[in-house]
Amino acid sequence: MNRYEHHLALAARRRPAHAAIVHAGGRTSYAELDAEANRFADGLVESAGFANGERCVLFLDNRVETAVGIFGTLRAGGVFSTINPTTKVDKLAFVLNNCEASVLFTQASLARVALAAAAQAPSVRKVVVLDGLAPDAPESAVSFEDFVAVRDPGVASRRHPGIDIDLAMLVYTSGSTGNPKGVMMTHKNIEHAATSITTYLEASDDDVVLSVLPLSFDYGLYQLLMCVKMGATLVLEKSFAFPQKILPLLASERVTGFPLVPTMAALIVQIRNFDPAWAASVRYLTNTAAALPPAHILKLQEIFPNARVYSMYGMTESKRCTWLPPEQLAKRPDSVGIAIPGTEVWVADDDGNRAPPNVVGELVVRGGHVMQGYWRNEEATAKTLRQGRYPWEKVLHTGDLFRMDEEGFLYFVGRKDDILKSRGEKVSPKEVENVLYALPGIREAALVGVPDPVMGHALKAIVVTDREDLDAKAILAHCRAHLEEFMIPRSVEFRDALPKTGTGKIRRSVLQAEAEGRALPDEEDAAA
Amino acid sequence: MTSTQTLVREFITTTFPADGDDHPADMDLLEGGVIDSIGVLTLVTWIEEAFGFVVDDEDVVPENLGSIAGITAYVERKLQEAGNAA
Repeated sequence: MNRYEHHLALAARRRPAHAAIVHAGGRTSYAELDAEANRFADGLVESAGFANGERCVLFLDNRVETAVGIFGTLRAGGVFSTINPTTKVDKLAFVLNNCEASVLFTQASLARVALAAAAQAPSVRKVVVLDGLAPDAPESAVSFEDFVAVRDPGVASRRHPGIDIDLAMLVYTSGSTGNPKGVMMTHKNIEHAATSITTYLEASDDDVVLSVLPLSFDYGLYQLLMCVKMGATLVLEKSFAFPQKILPLLASERVTGFPLVPTMAALIVQIRNFDPAWAASVRYLTNTAAALPPAHILKLQEIFPNARVYSMYGMTESKRCTWLPPEQLAKRPDSVGIAIPGTEVWVADDDGNRAPPNVVGELVVRGGHVMQGYWRNEEATAKTLRQGRYPWEKVLHTGDLFRMDEEGFLYFVGRKDDILKSRGEKVSPKEVENVLYALPGIREAALVGVPDPVMGHALKAIVVTDREDLDAKAILAHCRAHLEEFMIPRSVEFRDALPKTGTGKIRRSVLQAEAEGRALPDEEDAAA
Repeated sequence: MTSTQTLVREFITTTFPADGDDHPADMDLLEGGVIDSIGVLTLVTWIEEAFGFVVDDEDVVPENLGSIAGITAYVERKLQEAGNAA
């Protein structure tokens, strides 16, 4: 029944000298993180006149101060929202206006974008800038040092911050079209999700988690939130662009947990000089965002012999939905498992009833981790949250298609609108892409349907390969050897890269629209 | 003869077009948001094709590939090594 920031105070009391965050060669202890969060909270209250429930937007790289901003905002009774540092002015301005942010916390390298966006957002009273303030900065801008230099230290902690059903964070998630939506999560929501996940990961305060995932992405954010809950250590890095710089940290920091997304896994399995010492201390790997191709799962197990591999599925609206107990991985490598502890999921037919095994339907999620809705977007909320069993309960309709096997394990089939129909048969792009990934040399793959008067969709594989000798003929031969006839692509197109979302998911919808000659909505256009 | 740096710059600006392509040679391409993690791989593939040598995994580090100047120096060093070996 505590608010989430309570975990930081507890950890600071229980193990003050223990490293909370290791970043860029520096170590921040729990006592230091706790003290810094208090200072930021004081700054919010005294320098920005922050009231309970106000919003503070964090537009920062992965760094210690982002964590300070998160916990400091909560401690001041506020709501935080972490925004991807590669966000451009218009979108940041949209977010600031959408959540009516009072404070924007940023860093010098992002100040140009931050100040331009803040200039379009009348609700923003202060822009707090780390790493120095430019002399020509507007009056609303203040350096971090000045912001936290308050006359009355402890002012925030003497106020009542609120209770656990208060809103704690807004996680902006891109809609398939149009503007981002702010997923509303209370302290209680976060506690529920974090407790469930740390339970199945068997997390302990001895864990050391290495995360390169942005804190603006809920998967990255929860690495911090869960480490603080456990009193564990987070090794925080900004990017996986140079794996040779990151992977040795696994050994030097004795990392036990390493969260991945499929793109990272694809990079790791290709590394020729992988030092077994890097993998020695890692006891678990997790994957979400999109399913790992089974071929990559096998390779990961080989190079991380001491690690359990967790395949998971989730969406921002409930943080995490399912997990596959690692011991099931050999038996059903393509399953994303069962509901996370303390929650329920089921496959619903078109009438909303629970579908029998092996029938494809929409996944529905029930539990304390389900969001409260989209911030000031009742229409989108009503589409996604529907009436549950009790008058007060809403269940989450994910819009993702799944099937369940006879033993209750779930399989992701595709987005509701992902399924292609070729020669009258339903084809899941995912399934074909998995086969493509199993072919050595395929780095990225997407299957699209090109409208065809005879076949409905003529399937086309679009691939990125790093093997020069891999031609279309070889790829089609491989598909032919592994797929039912109606699933075999008719053509192969080679590209240097596929379009991706900010979180690294391949944007198949962009490629599909292109194949159909459809104009893309603005946002997709820009990202493609 | 076109200099290595001109070739590198041309590749970076055509493959990763950005606002104002006049990147300083020592600008950090990742920090500057010019290339992302997958961009690094595209870069490696191009170097191997354009200059005819294999980029070892251990060479894929910011010192070698993080800036136009870094890439140029790395490529020239590798070409020189290859020349000496032959």
